[in-house]
Amino acid sequence: MLSTESFKKIDQELEKYPVDQKQSAVMAALRIAQQEKDWLSDETIEAVANYLGMPPIAVFEVASFYNMYDLQAPGRYKLTVCTNLPCALSGGAVAGKYLKQKLGIEYNQTTADGQFTLKEGECMGACGDAPVMLVNNHRMCCKMTEAQIDQLLVELGK
Amino acid sequence: MSDKAYLLTGLNGDKTWGLADYIKRGGYEALKKILREQITPDAIIAELKKSALRGRGGAGFPTGLKWSFMPRQFPGAKYVCCNSDEGEPGTFKDRDLLRFNPHIVIEGMIIAGYAMGCERGYNYIHGEIFEIYERFEAALAEAREAGLLGKNILGSNFSFELFAHHGYGAYICGEETALLESIEGKKGQPRFKPPFPASYGLYGKPTTINNTETFASVPYIILNGGEAFLNLGKPNNGGTKLFSVSGHVERPGNYEVPLGTPFPELLEMAGGVRGGRKLKAVIPGGSSAPVLPASIIMDSTLDYDCIAKAGSMLGSGAVIVMDESTCMVKALERLSFFYHEESCGQCTPCREGTGWLYRVIHRIEHGQGRQEDIDLLDSVSENIMGRTICALGDAAAMPVKSFIKHFRDEFQYHIDNKRCLVPLELQREGSKIYVG
Repeated sequence: MLSTESFKKIDQELEKYPVDQKQSAVMAALRIAQQEKDWLSDETIEAVANYLGMPPIAVFEVASFYNMYDLQAPGRYKLTVCTNLPCALSGGAVAGKYLKQKLGIEYNQTTADGQFTLKEGECMGACGDAPVMLVNNHRMCCKMTEAQIDQLLVELGK
Repeated sequence: MSDKAYLLTGLNGDKTWGLADYIKRGGYEALKKILREQITPDAIIAELKKSALRGRGGAGFPTGLKWSFMPRQFPGAKYVCCNSDEGEPGTFKDRDLLRFNPHIVIEGMIIAGYAMGCERGYNYIHGEIFEIYERFEAALAEAREAGLLGKNILGSNFSFELFAHHGYGAYICGEETALLESIEGKKGQPRFKPPFPASYGLYGKPTTINNTETFASVPYIILNGGEAFLNLGKPNNGGTKLFSVSGHVERPGNYEVPLGTPFPELLEMAGGVRGGRKLKAVIPGGSSAPVLPASIIMDSTLDYDCIAKAGSMLGSGAVIVMDESTCMVKALERLSFFYHEESCGQCTPCREGTGWLYRVIHRIEHGQGRQEDIDLLDSVSENIMGRTICALGDAAAMPVKSFIKHFRDEFQYHIDNKRCLVPLELQREGSKIYVG
């Protein structure tokens, strides 16, 4: 089950769409649910499905299609670094390597203490600010030099 | 920034995005003019046609013509949608527009709603820029509060509601019908066309989808006339355009210049090639556009027609600059990985073909290329192109074909010598972390 607060936020999203198109709010509902629960378990997906009057499989389809939804529990902080070509030309790939080395993990792995998960991301639409990374999907960090990566990791409690 | 700039003019970073500042810059005057003078939808569309405004998202389709496709006497809902799902590698202009000038997009969409008889609109915002989505929501709230959105706008009998829809990480949703599927709460898989969105769009209703920058260009045209807009650029290429310059330049960023500006001028605005190195190649319109070698791009002007003649596309105006430190095989490998990753899986040639392309380029890059691989890449690309529902297949194939066309020697060198033509040290030097 989700908290009352999350359901309230979902209600606000529902207001954006025609009354007979509740399914349109499913992406926002999954985002809100993931914010609360950190990831989307089968139970969470079912809660969203019930609330929107959708079959759970239809909600799962959406959750598995868009790559910012987490279907497995990530570490406390999910760091996604863009390594696509425009970013790579300005150090995106180097920043990814540096993070791997600092955290002692590869892409798609989580540190043993459960603090950090490292992901390789696709274009975030911020290529002019490379190297770019996201913290837990919603916070974008731009122009990340090695010094700034160090600072970020300290801030996040490494 | 050019003195003709109107999209980003008078902006001061994060400080002046709000309604009060937008109004100070002359904002919402175009909307007020339409309502005050009761300008007809037909007159607006005629003005757009005169302006030669072409879609800023990539295809460059004439906007006035697109708007004229919407049925006039349709009983029931019609929709206008903004495509801010900016995920084409190299493109980051809509993010700055929404961040620094969100109301210009809102005003453009309201005018679009008026011109096409729509009472509701959605702006689909790229998943990875959540903070900008929140800003756009804040701008919408300001506009509602001021009576610029909602019922009976500014006391007129025109009503229009506008909402933001936040994506969650799928490049394919930048394709307009995938975007509609996504708003409907489904997987973003493109639809067959026809029927086109103007007859069967969102929720099966007539819908027009334009790019963020396209909508942002509309208020200027209403206030100054189509001809003034046309004169900013060159014939058949009206207006200024935002160019997102990334890669090996001293000052990556967005630059607004008149269409028809010579490429070397833009390169200079961005500080020139980084470290004084030699320009090698440029992808002029986002990663899906064919790459052009330095000799061709340096002789080109930045407009739809000239770049098409040079063998590429102006696309979204995303200019990816690569200097002599770039290994073209490695560059293509990364792009091919992207298309494989982002293929929605609906059409076999794209789903299987993009993976095949990536695997072959990967093995060439890693010293396991076979003599027949270059022709194989060409043939796989040929067999993807034109055989898929949407343009992602072509978008994956075009870089491959163009990289091979212009840099075949470098691919051959990799296969023959099992290593890069460009020394690794130079590659590292060119693409280390750079914050200009």
